[in-house]
Amino acid sequence: MTEDEVVAELGDGMTIGIGGWGSRRKPMSLVRAILRSGLSDLHVVSYGGPDVGLLCAEGRVRKLTYGFVSLDSIPLEPHFRIARQTGSVEAREYDEGAFYLGLLAATHRVPFYPTRAGLGSDMLTYNPDLKTVTSPYADRTELVAVPAFDIDVSLVHMNRADAAGNGQFLGPDLYFDDLFAMAAERTFMSCERLVATEDLLSEGSVHTLRIPRLHTDGVVEAPGGAHFTECPPDYGRDEAFQREYAATARDPEAWARFRADWLDLPSHEDYRARLAERTEPGERR
Amino acid sequence: MSAATIDEICLVALAEAFRGDGELLCHPMGPFPVAAGRLARASFEPDLMLTDTIAYAVTGTVPLGTIVGDPAEDEGIVVEGYLPFRTVFDQIWAGRRHVVMGASQIDRHGNQNFAAIGDYRRPKAQLLGLRGAPGNVINHTTSYWIPNQARTFVESVDMVSGPGYDRVAALGESGGRFHEIRRIVTELAAYDFETPDRTMRLRSVHPGVAIDDVLAATPFELAVPDEVPSSRLPTDEELRLIREVIDPTGIRQAEFRS
Repeated sequence: MTEDEVVAELGDGMTIGIGGWGSRRKPMSLVRAILRSGLSDLHVVSYGGPDVGLLCAEGRVRKLTYGFVSLDSIPLEPHFRIARQTGSVEAREYDEGAFYLGLLAATHRVPFYPTRAGLGSDMLTYNPDLKTVTSPYADRTELVAVPAFDIDVSLVHMNRADAAGNGQFLGPDLYFDDLFAMAAERTFMSCERLVATEDLLSEGSVHTLRIPRLHTDGVVEAPGGAHFTECPPDYGRDEAFQREYAATARDPEAWARFRADWLDLPSHEDYRARLAERTEPGERR
Repeated sequence: MSAATIDEICLVALAEAFRGDGELLCHPMGPFPVAAGRLARASFEPDLMLTDTIAYAVTGTVPLGTIVGDPAEDEGIVVEGYLPFRTVFDQIWAGRRHVVMGASQIDRHGNQNFAAIGDYRRPKAQLLGLRGAPGNVINHTTSYWIPNQARTFVESVDMVSGPGYDRVAALGESGGRFHEIRRIVTELAAYDFETPDRTMRLRSVHPGVAIDDVLAATPFELAVPDEVPSSRLPTDEELRLIREVIDPTGIRQAEFRS
């Protein structure tokens, strides 16, 4: 599939899960395809990074369910901050671990998972999607009931995949991409390189085959598809590019320039071609 | 060895928060707390398990900024465990962990906020958000590193990301049974909650700081014992570890330049 064919499967108002973690292994070529489509009114579910920032900056997000939003090396995601400070999105914030349980509950098709995470904090005060539950056992402990995240479509980016949709991660952490895939009605996977099934074990052990094709509805080969987020061992984060992206939040003209240069492009191939024209890191503006 | 400077005294005071932890996952957030965790293990708490802050548990005392897996830098690093985020959350809920976090605001009950300033629903300043604070604090031991006390200690926080003792008391015995705020270390002093009503107590004052300086930077009623000890000085071996092994480039000093 192509990025645009994936996005053609999405609709306004849908709940979209986005894999990765902060500014790490995000399906950015798919996010950019959403940006060049007319899709809007989305409910985005994410351990957020620039995926969330970009979608917020372009006004595509109605509701945001998140464990955090950060660029890692830049702790505060500036476009997300603007969205919060102008009140442009319905924010549903979860403790990072509690967010994992929302994915797990959806995966296991139960209405919630109980946890202590959130007790006594203002997570419960400000997240109207959250309720508590009392243990039916002798302890009668009141616990947070993290609701299942009902996701229409998840988007994840893997290091390798085969055409059938078996996904492989080769970096230090899968994050929660397998749960995003299992929690959603449908999942589309982009990958750095499409390989033959018999080659899946040539670069990583069997333990790296963590998303079975049972949960994948389409695969896009997108080399550099996580740029500018990191995608080890294929590449690290493009910190210079990320700094440039972050600076656009302070200056509408810089944002318009960034948008023209990097978002208003017809395809991921065009994005890659423009990236190749960039000067070496030390010489970047 | 030249005399200890304030950053080194603070580092030792923060390392002291881990004393007695034994075989526990020490999980400090940010370079200064990471340095304190490494110092504690190298100096007096050898069984601590430490992460590289990415996904591995590592042995050995390595300098701040070392990246595991980089062949140019990984001399002396031995990976002893795999701790991807999912496993970290399981560890948090299993309770074998002591975290050190920062704070934008903290009150006398230990209620911590680094999520947002102003009305959370449309904040004046969106900060880090809740991150893992709610789950950390309610499930296992927590300490805080606060390099600017006067700006951070407040009468009341704008929102609670990590709950303090009053919030947890209201949950009843079962809900809060694993909650412990062990220590707060600032650039002026160390604090704990070892008081009958679990409000903040001055535990020790860093050498060169007067109690009046501490009180001037504290906008709430602080429990002050009749005799307040001085925070201990680093040993010569600790100074060597800090200066030559853990932080030879002085990353720790960044938070003292304001």
